[in-house]
Amino acid sequence: MALSNVLHAPAAGFNFDHAARNAELEGLFDAQIPKPVKTGTTIAGVVFKDGVVLGADTRATSSEIVADKMCSKIHYIAPNIYCCGAGTAADTEKTTELLSSNLTIFSLNSGRNPRVVMAVNILQEMLYRYHGQIGASLILGGVDCAGNHLYTVGPYGSVNTMPYLAMGSGDLAALGILEDGYKPDLELDKAKELVRAAIHAGVMNDLASGNNIDICVLTREGVDHIRPYQVSQYKDKRKTKYKYGAGTTAVLTEKVVPVKLEVVEETVQRMDTA
Amino acid sequence: MEKRSVDSRVRGVSTGTTILAATFDGGVVIGSDSRASIGGEYVSSKTINKVVQVHDQIFCCMAGSLADAQAVTKAAKFHLSFHSVQMETPPLVIAAASVLQELCYNNKEELQAGFITAGWDRKKGPQVYVVPLGGMLVGQPVTIGGSGSTYIYGYVDAKYKPNMSREECLQFATNALALAMGRDNVSGGVAHLVVITETGVEHVVVPGNKLPKFHNE
Repeated sequence: MALSNVLHAPAAGFNFDHAARNAELEGLFDAQIPKPVKTGTTIAGVVFKDGVVLGADTRATSSEIVADKMCSKIHYIAPNIYCCGAGTAADTEKTTELLSSNLTIFSLNSGRNPRVVMAVNILQEMLYRYHGQIGASLILGGVDCAGNHLYTVGPYGSVNTMPYLAMGSGDLAALGILEDGYKPDLELDKAKELVRAAIHAGVMNDLASGNNIDICVLTREGVDHIRPYQVSQYKDKRKTKYKYGAGTTAVLTEKVVPVKLEVVEETVQRMDTA
Repeated sequence: MEKRSVDSRVRGVSTGTTILAATFDGGVVIGSDSRASIGGEYVSSKTINKVVQVHDQIFCCMAGSLADAQAVTKAAKFHLSFHSVQMETPPLVIAAASVLQELCYNNKEELQAGFITAGWDRKKGPQVYVVPLGGMLVGQPVTIGGSGSTYIYGYVDAKYKPNMSREECLQFATNALALAMGRDNVSGGVAHLVVITETGVEHVVVPGNKLPKFHNE
């Protein structure tokens, strides 16, 4: 049977090893321990006539500083499934990567494209096992043999499915646009415009969302990942070049000391290619 | 034994909720509202499904933490399916309730989820069981649960009669849900009702604006 966790079966119950390690580390740092980068974020998804449209902003924040202006929040899961991630950037990145790896192995073993519900179930089981310690709020969208799907998985492991969804700190702004503009069986360009407008509302009204807007369209025919779909109107022009060529710093003296190596042990292993 | 102080507020998405189940002559009605909230302030979903089918003629309503309730019903579905394959017969309603009870009782420190199980089986006909937070199991002819249930104890005690007809019971359940949703801020949306009888299962969904109104001026 193709298992969802192929590398090793997860240990039952909770594992608080890292909590002990973190407690040890806390004493070692004089300065503040760096806070995890949060994506802040506005992410949204809409089911339309021929598939699913996912959208996200591109700002990653570390407290009040924009850590990444062109962060990619729409993650590849499978050829027919993509996932938007809000919450702690590292958690969304690694959770989606883990899911993608496991589903790839499953596809190779079973010879089938994964279904969206399978991805949702795996995510739910994993996030529930960690009881909210993994700060990932995800919107999963995909097209498979059973139709067009859009699901959201919360950090505690709750799952919900709706034809339109928004998550992240800008979700209330985006949801207002989606509630007003959503209709069943939208055409592609209307759906793209609706998602763009929803993310734009988040970008404009939420401080932790901003910069550009990415869109990802999933249909039976394939995937169109448009990055960026809309570029921020507030782009800063760099005043000077920050590249320094060789020779910028003058070399005063140079001393070369060869490192003497002596062979301590030599083993020969035959490779059997017969 | 170490006593952990349990924060009564559910972390993450909570079902808020009003759930109920009632037996009538020949079947059982099980129903719930459809609102999911976070922190009692934000409605995270207006259309969450809280009535889950765990077997052909056995349904469960969930209350409490949505994540916990979904995880428990998933495990229960699996256990019941396996049990019915082993026994080569559909499971009894009490078996379904027992599965939920074992999960809730053995994990009572970590879980914040309560359930109402209702269904029909060949041995005892229509039955309703309730498994609240700590993992108790009690069979009752009619039962209500969730935060919204506090507002309708009086109504249920006064208006429920054993051996009602299907229509009477459906109206009773709809009224009870409407009254609770009208007073509890974390219950709302649509009323999901499922009628289970010997012959089968029927879903009835009453949208919010079609619910009976009680002095709503």
